[in-house]
Amino acid sequence: MNCNDRDFFGLDDATRLALSRRTFLKRSAGGIGLAALGSILAPTAFAGKPEAPGFPNFTPKAKKIIYLFQSGAPSQMDLFDPKPGMDKFRAQDLPASIRQGQRLTTMTSGQKSFPVAPSIFKFKQHGQSGLWFSEVMPHMAGKADEWCMVRSMFTEAINHDPAITFMQTGSQLAGRPSIGSWASYGLGSENDNLPNYVVMSSFGSGRPDDQPLYDRLWGAGFLPSKHQGVKLRNKGERVLYLKDPEGMSRDIRRESLDEISALNQQRHGVLGDPEIQTRIAQYELAFRMQTSVPDLLDFSKEPQHVLDLYGPDVKRPGSYASNCLLARRLCERDVRFVQLFHMGWDHHGGLPKALRGQCNDTDQATAGLLTDLKQRGLLDDTLIVWGGEFGRTIYSQGALTETNYGRDHHPRCFTVLMAGAGVKKGHVVGETDDFCYNIVKDPIHVHDLNATIMHLMGVEHTRLTYRYQGRDFRLTDIHGEVVKKVIA
Amino acid sequence: MRVRRSSLLVLLAAASAVLAEDRVEFNRDIRPIFSDTCYACHGPDEAKMKGKLRLDSLEAARRGGKSGDPAIVPGYPERSAVMKRLLTTDADDHMPPAEFHKVLSKEQIELVARWIKEGAVYQGHWAFQTPKKSAVPAIPAGGNAIDGFVAQTRAAKGLSGTPEAPRTTLLRRAALDLTGLPPTEADLAAFLADTSPDAWSKALDRLLASPHYGERMAAQWLDFARYADSNGFQSDTTRTMWPWRDWVIRAYNANKPFDAFTIEQLAGDLLPNPTEDQIVATGFNRNHRLNGEGGRIVAEWAVETVIDRVETTGSTWMALTMNCCRCHDHKYDPISQKEFYQFFAYFNSNDETGVLGEFGGAASTRKGGNTAPTYTFATPAAKARLAEVEKAIAEAELAAKAATKNVAAAQGAWERKLRQGFAGKTTTWAALTGAQAISKGGATLKQQADGSWLAGGTNPDKDVYTVTAPAPVGELTGLLLEVMPDASLPTQSLGRAPNGNFVLSGVDAILTLADGKKVELDFVDAQADFSQEGWPIKSLVEGGLATKAAKGAKKAQAARAKNGTGWAIGGNVAENRTPRKGLFVLTPTAVPAGATLTITLRCETLANHNVGRFRLSTTGLPASLVSLKDTPQATELRALILKDPAKRTADERKALAKAFSESPEHPKRSADAHLASLQNTKNMLPGLIDVMVMKELSQPKDAFVLDRGEYDKPSVKVERKLPAVLPPLPPGEPNNRLGFARWLVSGQHPLTARVWVNRAWENFFGTGLVKTSENFGSQAEWPSHPELLDWLAVDFAENGWDMKRLQKLILMSQAYRQSTVVTPEKLEKDPENRWISRGPRFRLPAETIRDQALAVSGLLVPKVGGVSVKPYMPEAVWDETSVYGDMRNYKADTGEGLYRRSLYTIWKRTAAPPSMLLFDSATREVCTVKRFRSNTPMQALSLLNEVTFVEASRKLAELTLRQTGTTDQRLAWAFQRVTSRPGTPAELAVLRKGLDRRLTAYAADLPAAKKLLANGQSAVPTDLDPAQLAAWTVTANVLLNLDETVTRE
Repeated sequence: MNCNDRDFFGLDDATRLALSRRTFLKRSAGGIGLAALGSILAPTAFAGKPEAPGFPNFTPKAKKIIYLFQSGAPSQMDLFDPKPGMDKFRAQDLPASIRQGQRLTTMTSGQKSFPVAPSIFKFKQHGQSGLWFSEVMPHMAGKADEWCMVRSMFTEAINHDPAITFMQTGSQLAGRPSIGSWASYGLGSENDNLPNYVVMSSFGSGRPDDQPLYDRLWGAGFLPSKHQGVKLRNKGERVLYLKDPEGMSRDIRRESLDEISALNQQRHGVLGDPEIQTRIAQYELAFRMQTSVPDLLDFSKEPQHVLDLYGPDVKRPGSYASNCLLARRLCERDVRFVQLFHMGWDHHGGLPKALRGQCNDTDQATAGLLTDLKQRGLLDDTLIVWGGEFGRTIYSQGALTETNYGRDHHPRCFTVLMAGAGVKKGHVVGETDDFCYNIVKDPIHVHDLNATIMHLMGVEHTRLTYRYQGRDFRLTDIHGEVVKKVIA
Repeated sequence: MRVRRSSLLVLLAAASAVLAEDRVEFNRDIRPIFSDTCYACHGPDEAKMKGKLRLDSLEAARRGGKSGDPAIVPGYPERSAVMKRLLTTDADDHMPPAEFHKVLSKEQIELVARWIKEGAVYQGHWAFQTPKKSAVPAIPAGGNAIDGFVAQTRAAKGLSGTPEAPRTTLLRRAALDLTGLPPTEADLAAFLADTSPDAWSKALDRLLASPHYGERMAAQWLDFARYADSNGFQSDTTRTMWPWRDWVIRAYNANKPFDAFTIEQLAGDLLPNPTEDQIVATGFNRNHRLNGEGGRIVAEWAVETVIDRVETTGSTWMALTMNCCRCHDHKYDPISQKEFYQFFAYFNSNDETGVLGEFGGAASTRKGGNTAPTYTFATPAAKARLAEVEKAIAEAELAAKAATKNVAAAQGAWERKLRQGFAGKTTTWAALTGAQAISKGGATLKQQADGSWLAGGTNPDKDVYTVTAPAPVGELTGLLLEVMPDASLPTQSLGRAPNGNFVLSGVDAILTLADGKKVELDFVDAQADFSQEGWPIKSLVEGGLATKAAKGAKKAQAARAKNGTGWAIGGNVAENRTPRKGLFVLTPTAVPAGATLTITLRCETLANHNVGRFRLSTTGLPASLVSLKDTPQATELRALILKDPAKRTADERKALAKAFSESPEHPKRSADAHLASLQNTKNMLPGLIDVMVMKELSQPKDAFVLDRGEYDKPSVKVERKLPAVLPPLPPGEPNNRLGFARWLVSGQHPLTARVWVNRAWENFFGTGLVKTSENFGSQAEWPSHPELLDWLAVDFAENGWDMKRLQKLILMSQAYRQSTVVTPEKLEKDPENRWISRGPRFRLPAETIRDQALAVSGLLVPKVGGVSVKPYMPEAVWDETSVYGDMRNYKADTGEGLYRRSLYTIWKRTAAPPSMLLFDSATREVCTVKRFRSNTPMQALSLLNEVTFVEASRKLAELTLRQTGTTDQRLAWAFQRVTSRPGTPAELAVLRKGLDRRLTAYAADLPAAKKLLANGQSAVPTDLDPAQLAAWTVTANVLLNLDETVTRE
């Protein structure tokens, strides 16, 4: 593990050759234009080889993934897992036979009673499949026949930080690589001039001050740092340090890069260290990113009917809707792993109003993304995952009234939706009890979900390991079973 | 079982064919195979053992497993079940099982066969054996002991080294390695001019003596210690740990021996009479994250905190992966789960909660701060003052103890004084008589029949009333302000504002003695019979409760006046137009005859909100009895005091004693109050800084084995004990953290010295002698130079754990001084330079890349130590994904904070400085003992475009233009300034061509030139041509981006 990671996207010998040839041409012809550069460096030359040998293990169902992470934990019984029987238990104490002495967070463990709060929202069945959706998810409901709804997810963590870290890295504690970095490490890149793992975030309107995110959620942990997610930022520069400084024209930049390259070549001639060649290549990639990223971010050529799919918010940079459209554009450009984080789902109090806000942010854009991908044929090789880090309690945190209630963290069951490449359509997996408190059928652990995601991408999760501290670590730790029931 | 006989025979034939070579050595050749492919099921973890077979000792292997067949028969591979299992084609019997995804190569199987054939000699894992100093092989001319070992191994591999690197390269290499900064021009010139044989040695001594040496070394130690300026987890609030960082820098600079460096950080608090420094040092094990998320279960995170400490200590000093045993016996190393929790027991008795404060309210959750135990650390300036206060506290503590002795006499004096005070008075409050009142704002103040003053005439924006009266002789303990409605006031209310309200923003009282000396009276408390919501009378004395903090109180009053608070009575509302009282409790003050009392009432908060009509009274009653109305107790006390002592009943005497005990004049109470006030002063002392430290509980906390590592599943209770595979605690050492720390550096410990010399080697050669520098357990890689590693380890411990000596020894070697030139042949035979066939060449660490740019551009502020600073950061660096905690709205410093060395950059764990992360720094969430070295386009973008590097380019261009000489000479100067070596004509020609083109381009586009120069906060010189400076700025940017620049060659 002597960490001379040679490249970011992975460079093959042809590329290295092309680069030195380019330098040669440059020197002999006294400068060539950008157009010529493009022809010499054909995009395919940059197809990154995976770092880990032997993957995919079998033909992948999904080549790409868009993971729509709903941070803060959406309430499953208010959105996807209707419990009409709860009306008659309204305000009654959660039966001990249901709670079974399971631990609670210290936010509600001191409550004198645990009054059952039936969902205030109406549920209906949708599509051919008859999947149930709450009234606050009308657009996602309209896609009922695309979704595979997993109602029997469970986790071990009870607080946000460890729980979201668990979902992302397979461990509650900091220090492990995130799921996107595993994909980058195992599968490499099929993209020629964008990062392989791209992350975006948005603040929700349901609870605008809610739930921070952390760099580690898309970090590389103990994997080589080139696999860490690259954040498309909402404020300032969208990709860090992408813009040339004020007062530097593209021509001057190009010329200065040529100088750097020429000087590096000369040094390579003296020392012979191949690392110098890698650096030359990385500067070229950096230059290309300077054009490819602005092109990615430019919505001006998107037709109105496409923008309309995502809803009015799409025009606001940094919104969930705008990030969804960007996700499609990244997907089109063969970026392997795209992850959106939408914050604001942590509804300890005032849930009815806050949940409406969150759904308003995300419902149309999520459905729009599905439609858009499908129309373009991208859904065939792209996996969509929608979900948070745990569920919420059936009992109300704080006072329960006719129009208001809150719900505490609930790790014992929650719902995750999947769609696209390789998963069953219009299908439900798993079942919870009448109180949406315990799983009664097909429990699916976080490690199982991650194993399944990797499986859909063609990776046998028990084989994707990285030697660290003398141990072969894997994303799913020593656990995890692929959930066959979600696979088409 | 179907074994391919033929394959075994072939194999054995092959084995005997190569027997002429070295014997197979278990540690080097077999252990890595067994550990990686067999031990998970046939190793130390008893719980996971399959087929009752262990392969980690000869005894167990001979015994065999469930089947009864010996797994290994020394000398007879064909009779050893192990071989059959490795070779069988029967999928059911084949080992390792297919689902394990481990496949042995033919060569590996062959090695196992040979090893059995040769007698199957087991060895204990090398890293757990005490290192021995073997004889140094022949030392090549001009080399040292290291080169003896290196040359021997290199020769065996058919390789040779390279000649010494050019001196310019050498000095840059050592300067960057030892100080993290490039050599200065003067250093370089001195070294080049020094032709003496020990020039290199002297140069190294200079570098090791630099104050920047400690900074460079500390930067790495911060990764180990998971140092940050934030608490981590969800809200990731601030904490103050930089004094610990300063300790590390000081320790390195003072060349504190590694044993003391270890003991003080792990257990400085337990040393006899620890010094301040030794206590601050223990911050090492408080640098971990602390969870303060709402709803977190304290017991859960308290366990995680201790486990973090165990892992960090294990990784840092022993390169052991202790964490593996949290849930089960170690898979590879002979450490059991029970031993893990015995180890845990050394670290779980810190006097702490293990989490941040309670959710919501506590300062630490949202607002940040340090968590107990803490140590108050004084800046040098505050130290003298602190000593003074501490002396006073010590005296006050003695006084408080002594105070109980003469209670009777004190009570007698108290009674006499009260009797005097009460004599001839019918009420406890006496209105000031013979007073004069003046309005500063020009209002008229007319005294009324009841002694009150009524304001009239002009009603200024803000008014201050000063009332002067002869002070009543005796004890003065309280001041009463009565405000009353008057028909002449607006809305017939109490105040002069058009709506009838007033806001009193401050009250002062000064006693002027007969000799003109002034005594400012302290306000202890304030009460009112009514305060308007949001305008409490308490706000007039808040912050001023301490008697000696009057100045602070005054400041606070002024601030309140400015901020718009004070006492109001809601006089704008009809039902509030009624007399109100405000009472101010004073520190009891003796008033001699002839003194004058001056009381100032300030109405400076809201326009025209001046008091309308008021009366002032004083009292001499004890503070505990001063009240808004004459209380029954006061009346009772008055009666008791005035009663003839001889006629008092036993009950009355008791009541009197009780009243005295509640009085501030009771010796114990007054002594306590004095002490409290001094403590308060100490706590408020400016320049005092809290730092988190270790503090052992007097009674150790119980520790248990935790089933599956879960906090709520304790099973067997365990005591502190060291893992059996390692040496025992040295005799006479306490079985606590201190004994533990001394055990690590006892010289008997097989890991500590090896781990540390290996890290030193890794720093200078890019790769350790043990490549897996983070793991020395069974899964460690076999050392490239085992004898050298052991020789260095023993030598290090024998020579007083002298860190600078060790480093100098390595840097003096020929191995280190080699040129980095590499040939294709060497790339093939020694791709990773494990055989040191050339000088080590690798990219600089994140901090050094930035520091170097600051240094060569002249921007660096070389100040050592102190609080963290805020250099340039991308917009919203902290707010992009969080609106929690107190680390929000990052604002870069102005001036020196922008240009300090990178180890001082403020570090928020969940959003660490992006340019550091891009260059592979650790996130500091957990202990990291090794960084990657990647090479990415994001790094290129950062070096090209980040404002730090653009500004550094501009300043370097400016320095270059200020050199005398021709353009070519200046280019040569700049090239050497950055790389330390002279550029070749071909290199300088490339630079010249680019520069000339840009000179033309910027001359034609001055606005662009000026825009480029506007990057960064430092001033742009007005005497230089903008086009020139811009063109040179780009050239400097090219230089800062060279591969050579970001690499130590």
